[in-house]
Amino acid sequence: MERVNRVSVLLVMIPAALVLAGLGIFAFVIAAKRGQFDDLDTPALRAVFDEDDMLAKTKTTKDTDQDSVE
Amino acid sequence: MTVAEMLSTPTGHNVVHMPDDSAQSILCDHCKLPVPQGMIENEAEHQFCCNGCKSVWNVLHGAGLAGYYSVRDAIDPDAQRVSSTNGTYEELDDPSFQSTCVENLPGGLAQTDLLLEGMHCAACVWLIERLPTVLEGVVESRANIRRRTACVRYNPAEVKLSDVARALDRLGYAAHPARGAAAREARVKEDRKFLIRVGVAGAIAGNVMLLAIALHGGALEGMAETWKSTFRWYSMGLGVLSLLWPGRVFFIGALAALRTRVAHLDIPIALALAVGGIWGSYNTISGRGEIYFDSLAVLVFLLLVGRWIQHRQQRNASDHVELMLTLTPTSALKVNDDGSTSRVPIEAVELGMLVEIEAGGSIPADGIIETGETSLDTSFISGESRPIPARIGDTVVAGATNLRSPIRISVTAVGDSTRVGKLMHLVASASADKAPIVQFADRIAARFVLTVISLSIITLTYWSIVSGFATGIEYATALLIVTCPCALGLATPMAMSIAMGRAAKAGVLVKSASAIESMSKPAMMILDKTGTITMGQTRLVKYECDHQLLVMCASIEAHSNHPIARAIAESIDEADRLEATEINQTIGAGISGTVNTQTVEVGSPDYIGSRYPLDNQSQALVDSMIKDGLTPVVVYADHFGFGVLGIGDPIRDDAGESIRALQSVNWNLRLCSGDHPQIVASVAKEVGIENASGSVSPEAKADCVRDLQSNSDRSVVMVGDGVNDAAALAVADVGIAVHGGAEASLEAADIYLTKQGIAPLVALASLASHTMRTIHISLIFSVCYNAIAAILAMSGVINALIAAIIMPISSLTVVALSTRKWKG
Repeated sequence: MERVNRVSVLLVMIPAALVLAGLGIFAFVIAAKRGQFDDLDTPALRAVFDEDDMLAKTKTTKDTDQDSVE
Repeated sequence: MTVAEMLSTPTGHNVVHMPDDSAQSILCDHCKLPVPQGMIENEAEHQFCCNGCKSVWNVLHGAGLAGYYSVRDAIDPDAQRVSSTNGTYEELDDPSFQSTCVENLPGGLAQTDLLLEGMHCAACVWLIERLPTVLEGVVESRANIRRRTACVRYNPAEVKLSDVARALDRLGYAAHPARGAAAREARVKEDRKFLIRVGVAGAIAGNVMLLAIALHGGALEGMAETWKSTFRWYSMGLGVLSLLWPGRVFFIGALAALRTRVAHLDIPIALALAVGGIWGSYNTISGRGEIYFDSLAVLVFLLLVGRWIQHRQQRNASDHVELMLTLTPTSALKVNDDGSTSRVPIEAVELGMLVEIEAGGSIPADGIIETGETSLDTSFISGESRPIPARIGDTVVAGATNLRSPIRISVTAVGDSTRVGKLMHLVASASADKAPIVQFADRIAARFVLTVISLSIITLTYWSIVSGFATGIEYATALLIVTCPCALGLATPMAMSIAMGRAAKAGVLVKSASAIESMSKPAMMILDKTGTITMGQTRLVKYECDHQLLVMCASIEAHSNHPIARAIAESIDEADRLEATEINQTIGAGISGTVNTQTVEVGSPDYIGSRYPLDNQSQALVDSMIKDGLTPVVVYADHFGFGVLGIGDPIRDDAGESIRALQSVNWNLRLCSGDHPQIVASVAKEVGIENASGSVSPEAKADCVRDLQSNSDRSVVMVGDGVNDAAALAVADVGIAVHGGAEASLEAADIYLTKQGIAPLVALASLASHTMRTIHISLIFSVCYNAIAAILAMSGVINALIAAIIMPISSLTVVALSTRKWKG
């Protein structure tokens, strides 16, 4: 009986761990269904350049462009 | 400059061209290629090699996107930049076409996927996603580098689809709408489901294993009965979840295989999963014996990973083929009643309509020539490599290319009733009738199931008699689980997907894994001639005259757009051609002109012979060229005498070598072509193929494949490029479309070459046999593992711990084996 008491924390921990795993699976399924894993190559390239670096060279034209868009 | 001076220089290059050295160093501001002399604008600040580059540059600077150049130079300074094609794309606006590729979103927006040529790096992605700043009315543009597509959202009220395509084209990416939006939607959903199954199976397997470690540890160290039972119940919950959710596919696959009575590896897998699951649950509930849920969950996960990897590899290949298939919709130039023309999609062409075909355009429907005279390239349907002259009243077939001058035809057949349409029907029915190749692993599966079931019945009977029914069931279940063909189920997809990746690097896209298997043993290969062994273009193949005379001849021929004249003109660099005057052309016979005060006459042997009788030597040359299947052209100039040029369809550089390489590994090669038998025979002799037939109609080609299939137990591989090969490609065990082939041949083929020539076939044959050897080795390993496990299970020694150790080890061995090095 004493042995059961000492490890009885498991009664809470196992369900807690499984609930966490369940949340992970749930998040994964949602992400996959929304297409977050559809394209694994392009986002890596998207991050290569800072918007500012790219546009610095043509700042004036870009500014007027943005104004007209907004 | 006198002729004597000209002759004194060996090449004639420096004399004529007189290049301005400084001009050579001027590079195009967009693509960094040298600017041709005629394009240099001395006053301009920026120089361009062509109008395409100029328009891309202007668009980029106008929209404030010049940062592209700095990024581009930073990533890949040597990459060639694409230039604009300046197409109008107006045929994209036709509602009947849009219904197939444009999706309407709520809020009045429309969305379409456009396949883009030339997208390949981060700068391209950046530029394409800035489309909204270039074109008002475009809301969003998302690039996908792997599929080379952009998903564009736009407001149809503000901007037309043709404007979007034109804007992308002006940025340097020729755009083609992707067809079949619905089919792609379904495929994306399937991909996501696949991934979800793998992810969920992995998560469950991980958690069950954690519980299993506790259980196995408890079995060694001692564990309170309450806890043991709790852990077993948790294991059961997770294990059953794994079998019913991600593992469901194996049961579905096995049921489908049973229903259609074909052997499939899913059957033994499903059997092991079902028996293991049921017996494990029974043991959990009754609180005795082994539960196998850890092994089962890992099994499901590993098998799914293998299949997912193969699925991705196949999807990659089919995506690439899709890009090649999705061309801008074929449109036709309709001639209106008032004589003006307007572009309509091909679906709108009706019987009796008058349609104009520009030089270089392809004929949209069967018809009769009403006005104009030209030559046609019908090689795609007949295999005939020589251009065919066509006059008023002649019948033309849809798909032929108009080579020389504009014609107008009155339409006599459209769509399915055209010759091409009927051929495509043949292709469709051949593809549908084709028996699927039963993969090696599946063929094994049948024997596997029988062996395992008989062994488990023996085990069950023996142990039931010796120590009771419960023990019998226990050991038989253990046997079924440990002999589950996990390693084998993993070996085939892994080896196949690695082979597909290697093949793609060697220039071969493989659409189905079974094609690799059929290529693994030397088989019969039927090769098409035009476009496969030969270039499929009219070129100057050889000449018997002074090089200077050839240069002069080419300079005159540059003024004609007859296909033969173009072939001669293109044999000499544009820059090296001389100035020709007093051009005088006799349609269908010859052309004359003056180059450097020399009068040069070029024409058919008959035409020249009627004006200057040919000497014996030239006549002999003409005869030998005809014998070689070439079209002879005679050139005459006073100072040089006669020269004879041979025009034909040159054999690809790598053809002879590749064919010898295949023959040396026992492939049986045949040549089968729609071209003239004489030409076919001469090509066959040149490349070293003994068995050749000419004048074969597209239908007869398919029959030829069927004959070989029924008369031989080897598989039949068909290699071709044209619509005339499509039916044969569909019928053959493996259809291979060569690079640059027609759309129809791409759809019919299982394998597609992405490099010019047929050299990739040699690599493919070697890779295929390497892959099958790898799979055989893996099979031997997994059979050994299974045999050991089976003996242990039958003798009652095995327990869940041993099973849990043996299975992953065998799977890992097999995965390691499948990466075996290939020397190609």
